[in-house]
Order: sequence, then structure tokens, then C-alpha cells
Amino acid sequence: MISRQDVEHVARLARLALTADELERMREQLNAILVHIDALKAVDTSGVEPTSHAVPLVNVFRDDEPRGCLSADEMLQNAPDRAGAFVRVPRIIED
Amino acid sequence: MDAHRPIHELTAAFRRGETTPSAVTEAFLARIEKLDSKLGAYITVTRDHARAAAAAADARYRDGRPRSPLDGAPLAIKDVLCTRGITTTCGSRILEKFVPPYDATIVTRLAQAGAIMLGKANMDEFAMGSSTEHSAFYPTRNPWDLARVPGGSSGGPAAAVAGGLAAGGYGTDTGGSIRQPAAFCGLVGLKPTYGRISRYGLVAFASSLDHIGPFGLDVTDTALLLGVAAGHDPLDATSIDAPVPDYTADLARGVRGLRLGVPDEYFIEGMDPEIEAAVRAAIETLQSLGGTVERVSLPATPHALATYYVIGPAEASSNLARYDGVKYGLRVPGRDLIDMESRTRAAGFGAEVKRRIMLGTYVLSAGYYDAYYGQAQKVRTLVRRDFDAAFARVDLIVAPTTPNVAFRHGEKADPVQMYLNDVFTIPADMSGVPAVSVPCGFTKAGLPIGLQLIGKTLDEATVLRAAYAYEQATDWHRRRPDLQ
Amino acid sequence: MSYDVVIGLEVHAQLTTRTKMFCGCPATFGAPPNTQTCPICQGMPGTLPVINRRAVEYGVRTALAFSCRINPACRFARKHYYYPDMPKNFQISQYEEPLAEDGWLEVDVPTGGTRRIGIQRLHLEEDVGKLVHEGTLESAQASLVDYNRAGVPLMETVSRPEIRSPEEAAAYLRAFRAVLIYLGVNDGNMEEGSLRCDANVSLKPAGARELGTKVEIKNLNSFRNVQRALEFEVKRQAEALDRGERIVQETRLWDADHGYTRSMRSKEFAHDYRYFPEPDLVPLKLDAAFVERIAGELPELPRARRGRFTAEFGLPAYDAGILTQSRALADYYETAVRAFPQPKVVSNWVMSELLRVLPGDDERAIAETRLTPARLAGLLRLIEDGTISGKIAKTVFEKMVETGDEASAIVRREGLTQVADAGALEALVDAAIAGNQRAVEDFRGGKTAAAKAIVGHVMKASGGKANPAMVSRLVEQKLTKS
Ligand SMILES: [Mg+2]
Ligand SMILES: [Zn+2]
Repeated sequence: MISRQDVEHVARLARLALTADELERMREQLNAILVHIDALKAVDTSGVEPTSHAVPLVNVFRDDEPRGCLSADEMLQNAPDRAGAFVRVPRIIED
Repeated sequence: MDAHRPIHELTAAFRRGETTPSAVTEAFLARIEKLDSKLGAYITVTRDHARAAAAAADARYRDGRPRSPLDGAPLAIKDVLCTRGITTTCGSRILEKFVPPYDATIVTRLAQAGAIMLGKANMDEFAMGSSTEHSAFYPTRNPWDLARVPGGSSGGPAAAVAGGLAAGGYGTDTGGSIRQPAAFCGLVGLKPTYGRISRYGLVAFASSLDHIGPFGLDVTDTALLLGVAAGHDPLDATSIDAPVPDYTADLARGVRGLRLGVPDEYFIEGMDPEIEAAVRAAIETLQSLGGTVERVSLPATPHALATYYVIGPAEASSNLARYDGVKYGLRVPGRDLIDMESRTRAAGFGAEVKRRIMLGTYVLSAGYYDAYYGQAQKVRTLVRRDFDAAFARVDLIVAPTTPNVAFRHGEKADPVQMYLNDVFTIPADMSGVPAVSVPCGFTKAGLPIGLQLIGKTLDEATVLRAAYAYEQATDWHRRRPDLQ
Repeated sequence: MSYDVVIGLEVHAQLTTRTKMFCGCPATFGAPPNTQTCPICQGMPGTLPVINRRAVEYGVRTALAFSCRINPACRFARKHYYYPDMPKNFQISQYEEPLAEDGWLEVDVPTGGTRRIGIQRLHLEEDVGKLVHEGTLESAQASLVDYNRAGVPLMETVSRPEIRSPEEAAAYLRAFRAVLIYLGVNDGNMEEGSLRCDANVSLKPAGARELGTKVEIKNLNSFRNVQRALEFEVKRQAEALDRGERIVQETRLWDADHGYTRSMRSKEFAHDYRYFPEPDLVPLKLDAAFVERIAGELPELPRARRGRFTAEFGLPAYDAGILTQSRALADYYETAVRAFPQPKVVSNWVMSELLRVLPGDDERAIAETRLTPARLAGLLRLIEDGTISGKIAKTVFEKMVETGDEASAIVRREGLTQVADAGALEALVDAAIAGNQRAVEDFRGGKTAAAKAIVGHVMKASGGKANPAMVSRLVEQKLTKS
């Protein structure tokens, strides 16, 4: 079971500002889903390799050849706040 | 104009000079104008873009030099595919004003083929959902019954094609998001092999499960739409470097001699009896056409859903971390950086997206990785092995696409109930094998039912060939919703 | 109380590829802000990374130089944490399956001799952008982000905690940097941040087995800073332990301006990076042929070359060490020796003159200098055949640096040919003897060194152009004869 503290911790990791009500609803819903997911723990997977890709490709590279860049203006066209050619963000306080 | 004319018929008419891409495009734009307020199939209608592309196609047909079998075909593109200079929202507030400075590879290919983009189609936010009720803007409705959902997450392009608001379309399928809406809307919908169509420019939900694929009014259109989109792309490291066959070449070869496997695990308790009956009847039809039918077992199927709800959210929590109000998209002001980011994400994402981000963050967090993500990847191997074992004996697997038909808006408010919708479609996403949904009947209430054909890796041709044989033997695909 | 110092170094080196790790943007330093980005390194929605082959080759090259085991299968993973200079809010790095493991680096230790320091792992990842704070980090109301550096290939190399002193740490870093420069995979420029170092330090009672609590120190961006910061930290920890305090496991930042380490604000909760395999990239399975091809291209490394310089050219170890500090300098020396086969003479000139005008580890400056090895050899030949004196040669050398001309052309143009005409020299010598009777008497009184004073007068009178050997001979002849 996922606790209220777990939910708060995960919300912080995920950078989601949730209200007290939302945290509580989230806790209930996550627990409802985890009940189903926990069934996986009973599956015998001893000696089974994990699959991270549906198609088993290896060694896919690109050559070290330059391709075009965006101009600073193109790059910043979607930026919510900018200062000159920089993206501007509010002051940083470490968590 | 018949708004439900397949692309291969439209382009034949273009070649004969009976009509033009511009005339057809205008007719679709007029229908969108008239009907889309009811349907909600589009987020952005790209009128000017479509008209310019149609005029260019007109000229090519006048010169007798169409570029491809899709030249002049007006299409609906799910708003998860990036379009240069055209807003790409992914159905989310957080990207409501995002204008990509690049095209998705498939968008480039379609433009090169001369296809016409009518607009960016509606979807569940970030492709998370099975009903297109979770679009941040408005839900999409099912053309067969406006009170019902079109399925999802690619409900927009599905409803557009089924409703006669586009001749064809493209969606994405991570857990069934093409095949399930195709089944709900009475269309053909194909999820190709993982890596067959480049994902470059497809806004990621779950990278290892995301597939792009087409919606067609019939199997021939679906084969044409696949052929133009498929192929190797150096911008996608997971793209397969294999030649692309002409998917229409073998369509008419029939199913004689094909071995069809019917998995026990796809006929479950609680599934809609009308679906079971329709699918069983379809299997008999395929048998009568010369296919041999045998039972197969895919024993890991019951675990596929839980596996999906670990891997999908885990990858999503990672892929969606970039939406933080810093570089693009929504920004909600805050006291400091973290406050800004947390408020932005809280305001920019809908409830379902937040739920999956939370779930995914949790299963990846310290101490839980092995029990959840690690274990899910191993179970994923078991699901793959099931298909490997089955395909050692049969050429195709035949099954229902969904356990139920289109449900009413708001009917599945419980997330777990909603997730259960994807039980039959998820395994093919997890294994990367190609699968199609074709119309195989209607309920008494007049709602479409889908038959799912699953094939071997890169064997889309056989999947389409069997679907075509079935389609030719039936006329479900000719039925049209009455949308006024 | 006396303590054993235990240090491990983690070095991040930017690879000198043309383009970034996962996209085609240039990886060069110093472009105007946000002009070297694309949708991929900006982490824009829908974009995908593709691995730069050369970055992998450089990683393998380095791993081989450190005698690491190249993992037959490796993969990339996502490392998650939020920071605005990292566009995707995860870094594509390597975690459980790094490119290479278990190697070593031989380091000169301050007490003399060498030691092997173990290398635990070497992996590839992408760099982050740069933040500029409006004011200081603490007082700034906003920060500005430049993403040019985001996505530049980084190679992270983690040493085993086997370094025993701050000096040894600096020596490790020097040797490490020399290897990278030799391999041509990094430019060694610590000022521009292309080589960055973090350290883990712990103390334990002398001889104890169990390791003490380790402290991570960040921001060590020069050899001097590595040593100063570690010296400070060792002292801080020793004093704390002497007082009976416990060492807190933490990250401390080196403040080079004030010369101390300070605790970074303690985290509200520990990092939880949520690593998982990067689904957008497929695994690397580097086969033997791939690795062998790179091994075949591996240059002779500093240590081997140093050994060869002492054996083949008979150079003192000191000279060999200096001349092999960079591949370009060692190449320069070898080319010069081939053209002028007097190894020690060439070594003296390279060490005292060339390195006075060029930094010995600046590969490019040495490779591109107008004072080519052939020209240096030309200058040395002029000394050898007596055309100019060693002293004039230094003047000629200066002019060669200035103008880039051949030594012979400068000598001709400036009339610097030394006077070797016996008649002319004799007159000068006679005049010097006549004008320095005191020295003459000293010499005759047995102070043979007094002849040098007369030689000096002759040289001065000739404007340095007299052939010193001839002058000595003449002076001696005249003094003993008469
Ligand atoms: Mg690192
Ligand atoms: Zn880039």
C-alpha cells in the first residue's frame, strides 16, 4: 500500500503541485491500480531476461557530421520567458 | 460528394479527371465546418495549408504525374505528430501553444507523397486514454452514436475518417490506441511492427511501446497509407532498416493455406457476447475461405495489462519530465524555479496524465525498480515468447480487438475499468508484432465490432492479405454512420 | 592522531568530436548563446537521440589506453533529476552497463617512483547547458540558460579510492590529462571546462581497514585547485576527527577564491535518479573487430614514449618526461632529432627555448607553430658548422619566432654570421690582451681562469659574432707563447 507520505514524496520527485484533496484522491487511485500491478510479483520470471526493446536491434550510430542548428530566435520562439538570447527562469533554490 | 469514398477510388477519379484534390479538399473542409462542432474530431484545422497542398496536387494530376498513391488524399493527422509551423498540442494545455520548428518524419513523407493534411486530430492528452474524453480541449464523439466515445487515444482521426471528415488518417498505438478506435468506429486500423514507421517527431508517451499507424475506410487504403509511411529513418535509432514491400501487391492472394491461431486467452469471461459471436463468425468465414484454424495459447496474456501499467507510466513519467515551463509550452509563475515548475505541471497536465506520471515515478523510484519495472520487463519477455511460440505453428492470430463496443461518455470514470479496455490490444504493442482491426459486424444497437489479426514481425503483408480476404467476403466496411 | 587519506577522483572529459553526443549540432566551445542547438539537444517533444559513432570510438580508445575491459554489451540509461540546464530533465548516461570497467593509470608519486591507480569504470553521457545567475546563485532573482553545451559528449571516468594524498590526486589528474591529450579525445582545457573533476575524500585511522565516511567535493577545475581543495578537506576532516566529531556524508563545494570547501545546502531528500534503460537507443554490442580496429590505431602513450626517449635517445628521465607531456611536443622533438641527430642538444633547445614561447601541452599551438622542427634543426646546424655562436643563435631563435623565417635567412639578412677569420680575430685578441694587462698577469701567475675574462672582452668587442672556440684557442696561444 502506498502511504500519504509516499504520494507526497513522489509528487515532489515528479514536480507536481497537488492540493491536499488531490493527494488523497491520488493515493486511493494509485492503490487501486497497484492492487492489479502487484499481481506481477507472483509471476515466475526466474532466469528470464528483461525486454526493453520490442525489436532486437544493436549498434545503431550516426556519423560525426554536423547538421544544421536552429538560430537562437527559432530556438527561443516557444520560450515562455527570455532575456536576450537566453532562456530565463525564476531564481533557483535547491530542494 | 460521397464523403466516404476510399482513397484508392478518389485517386482513380483524380487520374481520370472526374474530380480534383481541391474539389475533394473543399468538400471535406465544408463538412468539417458543418459537422465538427458535433464530433470534436479536430483540434486544429489547417485550411490554408490544405488548400495550397491541394492546388499543387491538382497541377500534378493535370500533368499526369501524381507522386504517389496518396497524392491528393485529404487526411486527418493525430495531434501527437509534430508539424513545422503548426501548433502541436498533444491534446494538452501544457503544449497548447507549442509550434514545433520541425516536422515529424511521417509528416515529411506524407508531404513528399503529395498527401493533404486537413488538420490535427483530437486525442486523449499525451495519448493516455481509451476514449478521447481526456483531451484537454473537448471530447471527440463517435459518429455512430454521438453519446458514445470513439475509443482512444486516437479517437480524433478515427472519428474524422468514420464521420466523413477525412479520407484517411494516422494515429498512434501504445496500448491499442489505433485498433480500439478503429473497432469502435467501424474502420480498418493498423499497428505495424515496432520500428516499421519512424517515431521521429511523434511526441513520446511510452517510447518502447509507441507505434504510428493508419486508419482506412478499407484494407486497400490501409495498405497504401502504410506503404507511404513505412521505411527506415536515420533519425530514429529504433527504426528497422528493411525494404518496404508494396503492401497492395499480395492483397488478393486469399487465405487458402494460411494457418490461423485462435488464442483461448482472448475469449474471456465478461466480454460482450455479441462481440464473441461476431468474432467466432468471422473466424468461420476465414475458415470457409480456405484458412485452417487451430487453438493456440498465449498464457502470459493475463499479465500483459499489469505489465503495461508499469512500463507505460514509467516511460511516460520520464518522457513528460521535459514539460517544466522552462523552454517551451505553458509556464505558471511561481516563487522560485521549483514552485514554477510544480505549478506549471499541475496546471498543464490533466488528471489521467498526472496519475500516470505519479505511478511511473513511483515504480521507478528507489527500492521499487526491481519489483516493478525490472519484473515488468521480464514479464514482457514472457509475452513476446508466447507470440514466438504461437507463430512457430500459425501464420496469424485471430482474436477480438476489444472486449466491449463503444461505451457512453462518462461511463468508465474508474481508471481501472478504462484500462481493462485494452486487454486484447496491449500484447501486440509489448511484442512489437503487427496487428490490424477490421470491421466484423455490428451489435443490435448498431455499434461496430472489430476483428483483430495479429501477424509475425514485419509480416504486415500477410496481416493485410487476410484482412482483405475477409473484407471482400463481407460488407461491414461499406456501412456508414448517418451523420447530419 | 595520524590518518590514512583515501581519495577517489571522478573526471568528466568533453570529447573532441565534431558534433554532439546524440545530434548533429557542433560541439565547439565559445559560440554566442543558444546558437548551437537543435530540436534534439533541446529535448523538444518527439525528437530522438542517435549515438555519435566517433564518441563511442573515442570512449573505447581511452578505455584501451587505461587497460580497461570493454564490455561486450553496454547500453545507455536515463538519469532523472530536474535542472533547467538539462532540457529533458533526464541525462542520457550509462548506469549498470558502462562502456568499460576495471583499468588502471600509472602515476608518478610525489615520494618518487610510480603507482597504479585503479580505474573502476568509464562511461559516456551528454553534457548539460550553462546557467548564468543574475547576481550570485543565492541572491539572484532569475537565472539565464544557454543550451549550447547541452548534449556535448562527455566521458566520465571514475578512479578507485586508491589515491593516498592530495599531491597524488594532482599527479593522477596530470597523467590522466596527458593520456587524453595523447589520444586526441580531449583538449585538456580545464579553464574552458572541457576537463572537470570531482573528488571523494575520507580519512581513517592509520592502518585501519574500514573506510571512513566520504565527502564529495565538487568544482575542482585546475590541478592547483584539486590539490588545494583536497589539502583543505583533509585538514578539515582530521581536525574534526581529532575533536571527536563525526564526518557527515555530504557534498561540499570548493571555493577557490576563499580557499575552503563549504557544505552545499543539505538536500530535503536524497537524490532518486530513477535510472532505466534508454528506450530510444538500442544496446551497443561492440564486437572484437571493432575494438581491435581501434586498438590498432592507438598511438604510443606518454609513459611508453618516455621510456623510449630515455632508451633510444639517451635522454635523462627529466627531459623525457617534459618532452612527452603532449603528443605534439613529442612528435616535434622526434622530427627535430631526425633532422639534427644530437638528441641532448635538441632536447636542451626544445626545453629551454621552445617551451619558453609555447605551452608544452598545447597540442595545437605546437602542431601549428611556424618554428617547425625542420627550422629548429636548421638553426642548430648553423651553430654546429660555426656560422653563428650559441649566443647569437638565441637572438636568431627570437627572430624566427617573430617572423617565421628560416634561421639562415635571418642570419644573412642581419649579418649575424660569426667572425671566424683568423686575421680579424687576432687583431681583436691582441687589443684585448693589450687593454687587460692585469688579467694577463693573473694568468701568468697561475690563474688560468683569467683567460676567460679576455675571451669575454673579445666576444664583447665583436658584438657576439666572434667564434668563441677560435677566440679561446687564440687567447690561450698568445698568453702562453709570449
Ligand atoms: Mg556523470
Ligand atoms: Zn542539437
